[in-house]
Amino acid sequence: MKPYTIKDRANTLLRSTAFSHGSASVIAILSGLLFGFIILLISNPSQAFDGFIIIMKGGFSTGAKGIGQVLYFATPLILTGLSVGFAFKTGLFNIGAAGQFVMGSFTAIFIGVRWTFLPAPWHWIVALIGAAAVGGLWALIPGLLKAFFNVHEVISTIMMNYIGMYLANLLVKLTVYDSLKNLSMNTAETATLPKGGLDNIFYNIRGGSGTIDLSTVNSGIYIAIGIAILMYIVLNKTTFGYELKACGFNQNASRYAGINEKRSVVLSMVIAGALAGLGGGLLYLSGANGRHLKVIDVLAMEGFNGIPVALLGLSNPIGIIFSAIFISYITQGGNYLQSMDFVTEVIDIIIACIIYFSAFALIIRGIIAKILKSRKSEEGDL
Amino acid sequence: MEHIIEMLNITKEFPGILANDNITLQLRKGEIHALLGENGAGKSTLMSVLFGLYRPEKGTIKKEGREVEIRNPNDANNLGIGMVHQHFKLVHNFTVLENIILGAETTANGLLKMDEAREKVVALSDRYGLFVDPDLEIQDITVGMQQRVEILKMLYRDNEILIFDEPTAVLTPQEIEELMKIMKGLCSEGKSILFITHKLNEIKEVADRCTVLRKGKLIGTIDVESTSKEEMSEMMVGRKVEFAVEKGVANPGEPALEVRNLTVGDKHHAKKKVKDISFIVRKGEIVCIAGIDGNGQSELVYALTGLLPIEEGQILLDGNDITHATIRNRNKNGMSHIPEDRQKYGLILDFNLAENLVLKSYYTPEFQERGFLKFDRIYEHAESLIEQFDIRSGQGKTTPARSMSGGNQQKAILSREIDLNPEILIAVQPTRGLDVGAIEYIHKQLVEQRDAGKAVLLISLELEEVMNVSDRILVIYEGEIVGDLDPQTTTFQEMGLYMAGSKRKDRGDAV
Repeated sequence: MKPYTIKDRANTLLRSTAFSHGSASVIAILSGLLFGFIILLISNPSQAFDGFIIIMKGGFSTGAKGIGQVLYFATPLILTGLSVGFAFKTGLFNIGAAGQFVMGSFTAIFIGVRWTFLPAPWHWIVALIGAAAVGGLWALIPGLLKAFFNVHEVISTIMMNYIGMYLANLLVKLTVYDSLKNLSMNTAETATLPKGGLDNIFYNIRGGSGTIDLSTVNSGIYIAIGIAILMYIVLNKTTFGYELKACGFNQNASRYAGINEKRSVVLSMVIAGALAGLGGGLLYLSGANGRHLKVIDVLAMEGFNGIPVALLGLSNPIGIIFSAIFISYITQGGNYLQSMDFVTEVIDIIIACIIYFSAFALIIRGIIAKILKSRKSEEGDL
Repeated sequence: MEHIIEMLNITKEFPGILANDNITLQLRKGEIHALLGENGAGKSTLMSVLFGLYRPEKGTIKKEGREVEIRNPNDANNLGIGMVHQHFKLVHNFTVLENIILGAETTANGLLKMDEAREKVVALSDRYGLFVDPDLEIQDITVGMQQRVEILKMLYRDNEILIFDEPTAVLTPQEIEELMKIMKGLCSEGKSILFITHKLNEIKEVADRCTVLRKGKLIGTIDVESTSKEEMSEMMVGRKVEFAVEKGVANPGEPALEVRNLTVGDKHHAKKKVKDISFIVRKGEIVCIAGIDGNGQSELVYALTGLLPIEEGQILLDGNDITHATIRNRNKNGMSHIPEDRQKYGLILDFNLAENLVLKSYYTPEFQERGFLKFDRIYEHAESLIEQFDIRSGQGKTTPARSMSGGNQQKAILSREIDLNPEILIAVQPTRGLDVGAIEYIHKQLVEQRDAGKAVLLISLELEEVMNVSDRILVIYEGEIVGDLDPQTTTFQEMGLYMAGSKRKDRGDAV
């Protein structure tokens, strides 16, 4: 027997699945960053390097508050990423996170503004439940169409995106509209998510006045991470997850085994929609300083970014937490680029390219597997 | 004698399994060389190496004494090596001619020159007696003719070495006979044939020599003429094989399954797939539904197991009406089902073996508690079934079902269905595509179930299986039961007449 050398140990590590999955995502990110740098070079050669540093520094550029903002914007991304990833694990492509997200957002805001009869913790809790319920309802329709009429969910969820966007605009204008700002109204204090101690960490002190500049991050990030862990458990440890995955992999065999596959398809869609809707609630229930729903004819970015988040996280709920934080981090870094001579559109392009490349994690995973395999067969010759 | 292709000391390894271990195979010019082995013996791997789909870790390939390198199927084609895959590679909405020239089109200024191609195809078809109409679409022709199109594809490319990967698995007895004739004709015209199979009768009929593989190792190359079937199967399996199924007299008891006037419709046609069928399967007997493929067997089984709605009739399981019961209820009440298509229905290929073994019982208190799966129990259960049924795989209970060989996939399904302790076991072509060793094993299990007082309903296309295993034979023809035969007294010829619809019981000839 050969002694177990460090090289052997390195080889074992290299071949472990966790390593190849993780390294695939890292390589995807690095190639995305490289491509972003090339675009920076083309658009503004003299400031390209400094600009790249700013993107890389991401949220750190503005200290503790910046990090708080990264987490704040990561919160909805975790949920929409989970929405896409969960559907994907159960064999469905949920392209409708944007519509589910915006409907959930409106519901949360509506309850937050109007249902002031509710006392403090219950107000935001009910608003979040409402957001998830309406998000789920928004996905119920494509789910039913898929299960009973075999309408492909990609088509129907895309349609539901537009219906959701225009309906949300209409409903905001009718019920909770602040016409001065062209935004939704501020939600009631009682409907704002508690800070959960995060206000003691993520703030900056303004130089001149010494006042505190607080990040909008709140306990929503705890909820998002909690939900991600919950989804991991549901998918991997429960009979319910077993059924949903079985239907995702092979509907015929699931039916043969006595699983109600129509019910599973519908439930998978509803859960995916509820996750996206909850993401909307978590983003918009952040008080007067937080985000407000804009009345514009653009699909919610958070919804579509759920797709690269899920891809980069390889649809693993725990992986999605990290990929959402990364994408939020890069996006924040991109925003700070405005301090230099970059056209805003170029910033968007760079961020989009980095995200786009990051989504290639799956392909890169395949390439890594291939390289390791061929290396192994070469070793076989020795 | 001159060798046209030599594969020398080929070794190919996959994760956890040595698929080919130092295998040498030499094909003489103008011979039919059979490659015999159980499922998972490494036959397909070896042929994939020759066809350039896999690169071997060790070994060399020589053509006419000269060493060659085959990196992909194009290299193989340039060396004159062609292959008919088990699952045909044809474009269904293209014509025969279009399929044949696909990838080797003759063109002038970017336009297809079909006339030239047509002439060549028709000439080849005549010369080798293939009787193929070049203008029919693939979707409109029989499986046998599709196979002949695949053969023409190889001939059109002037291939010298023809590989047939289990060509008879999809054919009817008549078509098999036809194919054997064609293969002999090809050889007399100077082609050399490699013929992958595990059917000994076919080897006896056409092959000159036979190379036997077992578990990735070369057992030997023998002369077919001077070797008996028994000797070949012993080489393949590594022990003596009983061709006749050993079983005592059946002891039929209470009815386990009762089917009354069952009628099943067809979505696309007014014609019924199953017409007014009635029969009883009793505990302690094996009833076999025999018939030529496509006479309503699949629909009958789907209706019994709840996968397809029925139009009329009644189904009783152990005396309880289950006509409209859900699939799960049927399972719970003692119906087990080994499905026809093991990959489409029987397994979830992306789940591992252990997860597949609880596919029908994951929800029982044994494997879950308050909605949480008890993985330690699931893996214990898998281990016991693996041991009991000798299911072999690369990584044991955590092997992805996708990476298992066909025979072991089937054993896994069989073990799961028997483990449910059913009142009736419905087995649809349970030995399709399996080697003698596995077939023997599965037949034994079916008889064991019978002897344990269970009812077994076997649906089979193989006449030998029908005769050997069953206690009673029902012949199905165009959705109707036309014969109720006793395997002790009937003959192959008589059964064949019923199966072809030229003979039928009671209702006479008036149809």
